[in-house]
Amino acid sequence: MKKSLLLRKNVVPYLFILPLVLFYLSFQLYPMIKEFQMSFFDWTFNPGKENIFVGWENYQHIFQDPKVKLALKNTLLYALITVPGQMILAMLVALLIDALPRGKGVFRVLYYLPVITSWVIASILVRFLFNFPKGIINYLLLDVFSLIDAPINWFGAPGTAFVAIDLLGIWKGIGWSMLIYLSALQGIPKELLEAAEVDGASPWRRFWSVKLPLLTPAISYTLILLTIGAMNVFLSVFLITGGGPQQKTEVFLSYLYHQAFEFFDFGYGAALSVVLAIGLLIVSILQYRFVGKPERLR
Amino acid sequence: MMKIGHMRITKKQVRHLVIYLLLIAGAYFMLSPFAMMVGSSFTENVYVIEYPPRIFPEDPSLGNYDAVWNANNFKLYFKNSLVVALSSTVLTLFFSSLGAYAFARFQFKGKEVIFWFLLIVMMIPDLLLIIPRFELVNRMGIRNTLYGLVIVYVATGVSGQTFFLRGFFEQIPTELEESMLMDGGNYFTIYRRLILPLSTPVLATSAIFSFMSFWDEYVWALTANTDSAVRTLPVMINSFQGQHGTNWGLVFSAMMIALVPVVIVFILSSNYIIGGKAEGAFK
Repeated sequence: MKKSLLLRKNVVPYLFILPLVLFYLSFQLYPMIKEFQMSFFDWTFNPGKENIFVGWENYQHIFQDPKVKLALKNTLLYALITVPGQMILAMLVALLIDALPRGKGVFRVLYYLPVITSWVIASILVRFLFNFPKGIINYLLLDVFSLIDAPINWFGAPGTAFVAIDLLGIWKGIGWSMLIYLSALQGIPKELLEAAEVDGASPWRRFWSVKLPLLTPAISYTLILLTIGAMNVFLSVFLITGGGPQQKTEVFLSYLYHQAFEFFDFGYGAALSVVLAIGLLIVSILQYRFVGKPERLR
Repeated sequence: MMKIGHMRITKKQVRHLVIYLLLIAGAYFMLSPFAMMVGSSFTENVYVIEYPPRIFPEDPSLGNYDAVWNANNFKLYFKNSLVVALSSTVLTLFFSSLGAYAFARFQFKGKEVIFWFLLIVMMIPDLLLIIPRFELVNRMGIRNTLYGLVIVYVATGVSGQTFFLRGFFEQIPTELEESMLMDGGNYFTIYRRLILPLSTPVLATSAIFSFMSFWDEYVWALTANTDSAVRTLPVMINSFQGQHGTNWGLVFSAMMIALVPVVIVFILSSNYIIGGKAEGAFK
């Protein structure tokens, strides 16, 4: 860049970023501070009622609330199932597409479609497919494959409800990781693979000893982002079960939302938000520590 | 296949065939929910799912589309969604391109710190700030207005787009700008006459993704706008089900209608994306 354009001590650049800064201060920074403040209050939106300062009470409540524990367990379990599920299936699809002589583009788009589908549409589709008693999944299991004796009321119990929610998470996420793996696969030098082939390495051996080590940066990148994404699971649960039955399928974010906007306990909701924000920060730092920054692993 | 005796089918061809079949089977599994959605949208009165379920309706009709389009307030919600998504997209692109230009072209005090602050909020899920934002729009008196949606959508959208556009603007050569400056133009002229026209492909990509995310947004619209006059389409579609037993045909045709603007924006923008390929937007 030429020096003449690098103006110092000039007001012009500040004018250009002014709108961004104003939006940032009012709708990002201010809410963060406000949330911290609200978390120490019994906060209500009733015009006549005053907000009462309660100190650390909301935070103490979090650690005694059995539903928080359950929501946390549900969230972690969701991450534990959907993250490897997405990664393994995406890798499989990426390897297959990469091995095609032609038609790569078509399959890439087809497998990517669920990623750009809105969560509202996807969640309604899940409610349709897993309908009780006459959904397509029940039909397939009962009448086609005879795997069950009676139709399953999927959303009637937390265990089966999470089968549907987990499957949705995996289905919707495969395409995203697939694209990342595919571009990493295409970056592997052809000579390396040919050399391995000449040396008589089997396809499995070529994957395990040549491709996989070169894919590590892409894999760790998806692992980090998918884990953070899974901790933020919300819309699918919110739209499919609404946290029910009896709040047994609540995940962390849906529980927080329901506490605030259904039970009007805004102070408690704010405290939960603050704790989750700190938790997410710790998870990200730990992952960068142990899995490493994607670039560094090359 | 009949000439199998004469034609040499290599091991490689067999392997390719197997791969194609596997991928087609996988794609069938991935896409069949969409096929059912399309099929049911053309079938009237799907309260109970047919046994055995069929993808292609026996007696296809546009009845659901007609019923949904003329249902209570559907057109109003459609218009609300369109107004909100379009104005949020335009404002997001305007503010973030202005900012990205400054970050790409100027040296100023606090530049990287400000940029870092803008970016770090992308790590925070919007849901974690929904309570104080609700408090804010409530106090500003814009709860239950379309402004309340637009202002929050723009605020949450600008960070990512600024980051995206900055990288692109930095690659535009500076020589032209210098000659414009010497001809007496100011920096806003450069931004408007030079940077924006040179960046149409990138701006189009930004527009697609911004529009899609605003058009589909659900939680904030549900929470902030409880009056039926300012409701948006996703909220309406989701409330369609459940009340009196779900009429799946109606729900699915509403979803199909909601897809139309997305497809139109996609096609319009893809003309501006390098090579005119819509596929580029997927990358």
